[in-house]
Amino acid sequence: MMMGTALARPERTYMYYRETTRQMNDIGVGSLVIVILIALFIGAVTAVQFSYQLDGTLVPMYYIGYIVRDSTIIELAPTITCLVLAGKVGSNMSSEIGGMRQKEHIDAMEIMGVNTAGYLVLPKIIAALVVIPMLVAIAAFVSVVGGYMAMVFTGSMSNNDYIMGVRSFFKDGNVTMMFVKAIVFAFILTSVSCYQGYYVKGGSIELGKASTNAVVFSDILILLSDYLIASILT
Amino acid sequence: MIRIIDIHKSFNDQEVLKGITTEFFPGKTNLIIGRSGAGKTVLLKILVGLVAPTSGDIFYGDVNFSQLNKKEMRTIRMKVGMLFQGSALFDSMTVEENIRFPLDMFTSMTWKEKALQVDSCLERVNLGKVHKKYPSEISGGMQKRVGIARAIVLNPEYLFCDEPNSGLDPKTSIVIDELIRSITIDQNITTVINTHDMNSVMEIGDNIVLIHEGLLAWRGDNSEVLESTNQTLQQFIFASPFLQRLRSTALERSQEG
Repeated sequence: MMMGTALARPERTYMYYRETTRQMNDIGVGSLVIVILIALFIGAVTAVQFSYQLDGTLVPMYYIGYIVRDSTIIELAPTITCLVLAGKVGSNMSSEIGGMRQKEHIDAMEIMGVNTAGYLVLPKIIAALVVIPMLVAIAAFVSVVGGYMAMVFTGSMSNNDYIMGVRSFFKDGNVTMMFVKAIVFAFILTSVSCYQGYYVKGGSIELGKASTNAVVFSDILILLSDYLIASILT
Repeated sequence: MIRIIDIHKSFNDQEVLKGITTEFFPGKTNLIIGRSGAGKTVLLKILVGLVAPTSGDIFYGDVNFSQLNKKEMRTIRMKVGMLFQGSALFDSMTVEENIRFPLDMFTSMTWKEKALQVDSCLERVNLGKVHKKYPSEISGGMQKRVGIARAIVLNPEYLFCDEPNSGLDPKTSIVIDELIRSITIDQNITTVINTHDMNSVMEIGDNIVLIHEGLLAWRGDNSEVLESTNQTLQQFIFASPFLQRLRSTALERSQEG
């Protein structure tokens, strides 16, 4: 029902546009550092782990670059990034909207005649749908760089081997899958978080619970849809 | 004018309003008074459509507000301004942005016209040079005045105030009361105030509605309050021992005189 109201025609497009750009900045720029840091270490750890697994086997070392690239593109970049964003952005959205509900800000907007579900939820969803796939793409790239740093800078592998691995067996369908996951996860984490905040009742304890529920439910739904998308697209 | 007819409201099994019928007049400060838990806030929220009544009708002029769908309600709400108990100013916006918000959302005025309208509203509530301040940087009384400025920025026909004096000292309360009354008269607005402030009752109560245990217990104006023999009203007005002593002294003096 909230989504139905949220998708109604905006009262003034300019106000929605302004709110959407503000949200894009909050979600995108505000999460860039944490996403890059996590992606860097995920790439590095993945490379180190596979290097350990492949040690002493007949599998060529350049496969490490290939494995890091595909595992981050298919799974780690969209899923880990969105799980982290559910914790950072989702709980923030839930608390922001829930706080507005408790301080009667939403009532004040309703009385002015504002479609509050639309004004407070729609810009967040649009911003997330635009920005989160970008963050996921950055995370995928940074992960590959992280793997390079962990392997090449430590001398475990040559520069040429890693680059050859990264360039081997590339399937553009994997990138499509990454973006499909990013878009679906972005929608889940924003809509679940906004819902939890919008319908919060009670005081600060309930607001805390709503914020926790936003993260927990988003995470569960992200993992469930991850499995479904993987089943359908592979 | 606003007319409410036989308003009932129940939450689960508890009936909070048990059939309220009354009228609120334009150009007058209409007060809803009553003890805490009497159902005043529920009635005010029903009036503005934030809570749906279990049964009964609300008429804004000739329009039956309770029969409208959400979209139609918004057209009526464009004519409504409301001052909330906690002011409900948006924390992330400056005073100027708070007042300009309804203009940005619903008008196609130019930037300059909006700025002039904001200045005029701030002047109307006797506030100057607070444009760039955030709500947390101004006092409670100033926040109430900014709340009033935001409520009147679209020149509403109806103004609702939920306990406008709560948390304010007596002097500031009087300033807020006088401000609301002068705006009501100047702009011929139908103002409905939910309060239990005795000073407001006596000073600006043009049309007073006393709610007691979900029922309309008394209706009149401030000149009738002291003379009324209605027990519920007298118990409400003279609830404090200080006021009771003051009243008996006044009565003794009038008998002696």
